[in-house]
Formats: sequence, structure tokens, C-alpha cells
Amino acid sequence: MQIGRVIGTVVATQKNPKYDGAKLLLVQLLTPDGAARGTPVLAVDSVGAGVSERVLVVQEGRAAGEALRRKLAPVDTAIVGIIDRVETGGDRPIPQAPKAEASERAGRRPRQS
Amino acid sequence: MQLARVIGDVVVTRKDPGLMGLKLLVIQPLTPDRRPAGRSLVAVDSVGAGVGEEVFFVRGKEASFPFYPTEVPADAGIVGIVDQWTLT
Repeated sequence: MQIGRVIGTVVATQKNPKYDGAKLLLVQLLTPDGAARGTPVLAVDSVGAGVSERVLVVQEGRAAGEALRRKLAPVDTAIVGIIDRVETGGDRPIPQAPKAEASERAGRRPRQS
Repeated sequence: MQLARVIGDVVVTRKDPGLMGLKLLVIQPLTPDRRPAGRSLVAVDSVGAGVGEEVFFVRGKEASFPFYPTEVPADAGIVGIVDQWTLT
């Protein structure tokens, strides 16, 4: 799945019947750090996401069809969750052990954290 | 799905039987501010889109679903004509 942000809504009266009643939202995919990634996509919404919310997006046909709960729906992208929080540890090393006595540290350079 | 504009059509006489009778359109994917987003491609049409119209399309085998049970060897299909979109 990908992380994205809802940036707009789409109205399309003439469309495949499997889309009837489904909400179509414009989503900007993001990196976990929140930067925009790629061109915004259209997604069907199955969880009631609102504009500006961060969402979880599937971009695989079978999963998207399941999110819409319709067989043979010609969809390839669906919102499947609303994100509360994203935490990434990044490349930070494992925190070092508690600091030793000053005398024991004498002559050694402190490690960066 | 992605936004796109229909920019042309393709005539293919000798083709896979699964494509018989289907309209093939050239589409240009778009960003929401109507700039080109990637390469143009050919998509099957199941909603009656015309050149110049803004549409949205699906990729992958889902492109064949509107024609089920006919097995259509397509990997892109127009599934809707866009009236408008609103950005916040």
C-alpha cells in the first residue's frame, strides 16, 4: 500500500456502472516523510475519507475491487484506510548504552547519536 | 485510475479477435493541472469517449472487465468521462 493525501474530488456522470455510488477522490501519493511522489491518481473511496486527510491506498486491481465490494469492477486504485499517524525510524542507529563514568570515557571520542 | 485527455484514435484491422468491434483511443495522462504526465498510450473505450474529452482510465487486466465475459487483451481502459474535478 502507499500513503497519500486527498487533494480533491472528481465528478463523472458517464462512467462504468460498477462505479455507481462510489466516491472518486484525487490523491497525491507521498513518501513516508510526507513529500509528494508522482502524479496524483484517482481512487475510489471505501472508508469515507475527507479532503486533506492522509490515507492508505492500494494500487492493485484485485484489492481495489475488494475494497469496492464489487466483482469485476474495473478499478485499480482504492482508499482502504485513514491514517492516524506515521512514524519512521529512518536511519538512526540503535540508541547507545547509558553513559559510562567520565573516567572510563577518558581518551575515547563520544559516539554520535 | 488516472486522468487523461483523448487525443486521437487508432484503426487496427488485423488484430486479436478479443479486440473486435472495440474502440481504441489514444490518451494522454494528465496531472490535475492539465499538464502531460508521462507517455501517451492506447486504451479501449467502453463509455463512448470522444477526442478532446477528459476521461479517467484503469490499467492492468481490469481494463478488460467492462467487456466480460469476452476476454479482451487490453491493459488500459477508459472507464469514465470526467465532468469536472475540484482541488482544495
